[in-house]
Amino acid sequence: MNSIHYKREDAAQPPSLFPAYTSTPARSPREPLVRIPQTLTETTGPADWEQLLGPAVADLTAQHRGMPQGQRIVVSGSVLDEDRRPVPNTVVEIWQANAAGRYIHLRDQWDAPIDPNFTGAGRVITDAAGRYRYVTVRPGAYPWGNHYNAWRPAHIHLSLMGPAFATRLVTQMYFPDDPLIRIDPIANAVPLPYRQRMVARFDIDTTMPSWALGYRFDIVLRGREATPMER
Amino acid sequence: MEADNQTPEIFGQTPWQTVGPFFHYQLPWKGCADLTGCSDLGARLDLMPAEHCLLYRAAERGPISGEPIRIIGRVLDANGTPVPDALLEIWQANAAGRYHSPADPRSELPLQAAFAGFGRAATAADGTFHFRTIMPGPVPGPGARLQAPHIAVGVLGRGLIKRLVTRIYFEGDAANETDPILAMVPASRRHTLIARRTAGGDGGEDGVAAYCFDVHLQGERETVFFDC
Repeated sequence: MNSIHYKREDAAQPPSLFPAYTSTPARSPREPLVRIPQTLTETTGPADWEQLLGPAVADLTAQHRGMPQGQRIVVSGSVLDEDRRPVPNTVVEIWQANAAGRYIHLRDQWDAPIDPNFTGAGRVITDAAGRYRYVTVRPGAYPWGNHYNAWRPAHIHLSLMGPAFATRLVTQMYFPDDPLIRIDPIANAVPLPYRQRMVARFDIDTTMPSWALGYRFDIVLRGREATPMER
Repeated sequence: MEADNQTPEIFGQTPWQTVGPFFHYQLPWKGCADLTGCSDLGARLDLMPAEHCLLYRAAERGPISGEPIRIIGRVLDANGTPVPDALLEIWQANAAGRYHSPADPRSELPLQAAFAGFGRAATAADGTFHFRTIMPGPVPGPGARLQAPHIAVGVLGRGLIKRLVTRIYFEGDAANETDPILAMVPASRRHTLIARRTAGGDGGEDGVAAYCFDVHLQGERETVFFDC
């Protein structure tokens, strides 16, 4: 069977155990991972996004009666594999805090205001060239309980399935010139220089005149192996 | 200028980051853990205000071929404490052993549009999860040997920087003895991958077989996780 196989993790992938992120010591395995060949189970994956997850929601500022508070932004880019092949027709799930850094989640106890006009959840599907684009507001930074005076840098959560079970990716997009990134244990679980792959670039061509600032963010999934690695 | 996402010199795989504690109003849709019906199973509607609940609801679907099963279990940390903010994802073949994926080339095997084979379940406050699905058929493995029926599992959650991958096999299936992937797992740890058939679990549901599968993130009974 001449099915596609995928490259393994590259050096950018963080470890499961990163003690500075204090929830990881009790929630990460101690036994080594068991390395297995990719079978049809790992090289296939779901593809009927709309049936599974529902229709696209590409404008997170248009889900309620009014405009949300905050700086309106456009984020666009491509989903690619490691060989710069576009990944078409794949879903990008999006969630984030509001402009004040507050999630609508009931477990978020920070007292920054809820915005009745912002939920912070969206979903886009890449076009034939692997491109995506969504509209939202820039999320705020917020404090968390990891250590004394801990603050998460502003970030947008992104979840991708890609073409196969093996290409699953969940990441966070950060913003340029944010001084919190270098002191954030979650971002720092990724070693430099690869950490910078998660920092979007401000882009004047993506910026919409008199309307919204624009950022570019390409998302790179595991690439294909040149030859099947079984046997 | 500092390197960023657009810098060619650092182009490569985008790094994994945790889903954090606040994924519930996005990732689990209503019915995401019910691969055969259209209930709310799998979502945590108690964690978001109703006016902000935009979760999609799974569509009605017809009957699905195969043996209906339930998979129930818990996610536990190093101390055996339940993990209330984890998300399980499952991926499986249909009863005929075919994946609902363009990457499965075996068009001679039947597909059922209503069975996607992909599901999610957010753990409850007590760390439990519950899937309704069907028993998967056998699929080919390395060297064209058949694999025993199994379900691929991804574990995500707060405190999990990247996904952990494991598999569910089923107690009592003779094919487990010759499964090429199980054979790669140290014999003393294979049991962590085999769901135990139970008498009913949470009350029993019209004779549907229930299997119990706990995920131990660490500790004496640590589940086997794969690099694949």
